[in-house]
Amino acid sequence: MARAVSTRRKAAVTALAWTIGILIFFPIFWTILTSFKTEAEAVATPPSLFNFNWTLENYTTVQDRSNYGRHFLNSVVISLGSTFLGLVIAVPAAWAMAFVPGKQTKNVLMWMLSTKMLPPVGVLIPIYLIFRNTGLLDTRVALIIVLTLINLPIIVWMLYTYFREIPGEILEAARMDGATLRYEILYVLTPMALPGIASTFLLNVILAWNEAFWTLNLTAANAAPLTAFIASYSSPEGLFYAKLSAASTMAIAPILILGWFSQKQLVRGLTFGAVK
Amino acid sequence: MTKATRALLGATFLTAMALPAVAQETTLTIATVNNGDMIRMQGLTEDFKEQHPDIALEWVTLEENVLRQRVTQDIATQGGQFDVMTIGNYEVPIWAKQEWLLPLEGMPEGYNTDDILPAIAEALTVDGTLYAAPFYGESAMVMYRTDLAEEAGVEIPDQPTWTDIRNAAEAMTDKENEVYGICLRGKAGWGENMAFLTAMANSYGARWFDMDWAPQFDSEEWNATLTDYLDMMNNYGPPGASSNGFNENLALFQQGKCGIWIDATVAASFVTDEDESTVADSVGFAQFPNKEGVDNRGNWLWSWNLAIPSSTDAPEAAKQFVAWATSQGYTELVAEDEGWAAAPPGTRTSLYENEQYQEAAPFAEMTLNSINAVDTNAPSVQETPYTGAQFVAIPEFQGIGTAVGQQFSAALAGQMDAAQALSGAQTSTQRTMDRAGYGSE
Repeated sequence: MARAVSTRRKAAVTALAWTIGILIFFPIFWTILTSFKTEAEAVATPPSLFNFNWTLENYTTVQDRSNYGRHFLNSVVISLGSTFLGLVIAVPAAWAMAFVPGKQTKNVLMWMLSTKMLPPVGVLIPIYLIFRNTGLLDTRVALIIVLTLINLPIIVWMLYTYFREIPGEILEAARMDGATLRYEILYVLTPMALPGIASTFLLNVILAWNEAFWTLNLTAANAAPLTAFIASYSSPEGLFYAKLSAASTMAIAPILILGWFSQKQLVRGLTFGAVK
Repeated sequence: MTKATRALLGATFLTAMALPAVAQETTLTIATVNNGDMIRMQGLTEDFKEQHPDIALEWVTLEENVLRQRVTQDIATQGGQFDVMTIGNYEVPIWAKQEWLLPLEGMPEGYNTDDILPAIAEALTVDGTLYAAPFYGESAMVMYRTDLAEEAGVEIPDQPTWTDIRNAAEAMTDKENEVYGICLRGKAGWGENMAFLTAMANSYGARWFDMDWAPQFDSEEWNATLTDYLDMMNNYGPPGASSNGFNENLALFQQGKCGIWIDATVAASFVTDEDESTVADSVGFAQFPNKEGVDNRGNWLWSWNLAIPSSTDAPEAAKQFVAWATSQGYTELVAEDEGWAAAPPGTRTSLYENEQYQEAAPFAEMTLNSINAVDTNAPSVQETPYTGAQFVAIPEFQGIGTAVGQQFSAALAGQMDAAQALSGAQTSTQRTMDRAGYGSE
């Protein structure tokens, strides 16, 4: 009896999980589907699910009109660059907070997180002026710096959580064996926290890839990543939904593929230490 | 000297020789909006490059609202990111007064400034100087289904009144078959529902402010405007109209679900496009309606213009480009490449005198009449302290227009009545104007 209830519950939970998964994925699925329709079919009511004339015309148009390669390269450089820089700063910071906590550590962590509560537009003009004066407007360097700074609190918090799960005695043992600080972090801590670091890395790449406020406001022609590429296909006067969908699909495809292949690592890292 | 050293020296020499040639090329960064005409221009720039091989072009194409925010931020901080900006006639007088734009004096020979439509030229001129060149212009007009009107036994005159429109909408409505008599903008925003409602208010004799800058939403004219709008939309409009903007109404009209649609004249080319519209062969046009006895047909005027920010470091090259893109020659280039119907409308008199264009664009005459009926110096029949059209040409309008638009959109969604929406609009506008110091001098 107990087993029957358990099976039913399992089935219900599975059905619920599938329903939520489908609901979350539906907008992406619809975007991909719309990208293969004509503009007229994209706005037709009632909309057709699969019964329409499939076309690659939108992809051809987008490819002809925009330099996808340049936007893609900018996205790769900016998201990877900001993630690496963020990790280089965050790993020692999280180590210090996790293994050598001071009286103010928790306050510092809260303060770091509180910077995420500030609306970005509040600091747009000062940052714009700083980059104008330093000649960094519309450069990848500017975006790497900004995205590193805005994602740093999340990286530090995530790494801090992972590091806290690692017994301090292991590091102490390494120290007793004569390990220097650098050796301790690089060769003892990092290998043990690798799943956590990997998931932090992946999450940060996704966050940086999708970031639209700063990437739109600090770029023009040279450093514009794929977010600007999508924005160039939106229009309040004219029906360009199919082309917009094609551009969106091209922009999210790389990150979807990355997410698909690294999902095990991502889930493992995100649930690290969640269940004891 | 080894082979490698010799090769290195040779390469260095060649690079040094090549540098002056590269340095001579000027690169223009052009910020523009994503619409059909602008995208077409990007495809035709080979012609410009042939004429100006020393000028390279870089495009930054953005959605209208993103573009506005992006270029405003850049020009206000003198960021210098753009050499040519696509801006609306709302921005031109405000930015020109701030000295953020370079005057378009001394345009190249053959650029016929006198050919620009007078209403458009007036909107882009400050103290007798032109500050932007129009690329494409529009007013607003009535688009209606001739087949439905005939079935319903109603006739819409070329210069209809709001009573004509209401009666026709009533007669054409067939909700059981999802045909709605009238489709109007309902989505909140200064360039969304407030563009339409400001034009409608103009045609009812209303004004945004009196000569002391006091908001006028407590006037009888505004009350009549909003009451009639809500009444028409609630009885004959489509469901969920408070979320509908230009694109949503365009989709409804193209699918045969609207009897009448009143919106920007640029829509005419979309609804008569046989590839996209199911009703392309049964669309009639009329001028923007007015209330009986009010000599004002909405005064809707919008143009996308090319302007040169004062922060550019290549003003001469930028002027060459602006002249090319807004010239008569460019219009002919488009016609040669894609036919006369694709020519950017609403900027030059010569286009409307061209018989081939008249033949290709059945809406040409009505578009011209609609633009010519506009007087941006007198948006309302009452005296106003502002210039403008379907907007008030003051920097605060984007904020107050959107706040008022939210009140009116909520009224259309049934969350409040007309009196409450007008009262809310009056209070919020008064507050903003007081803070900005209007009327206190």
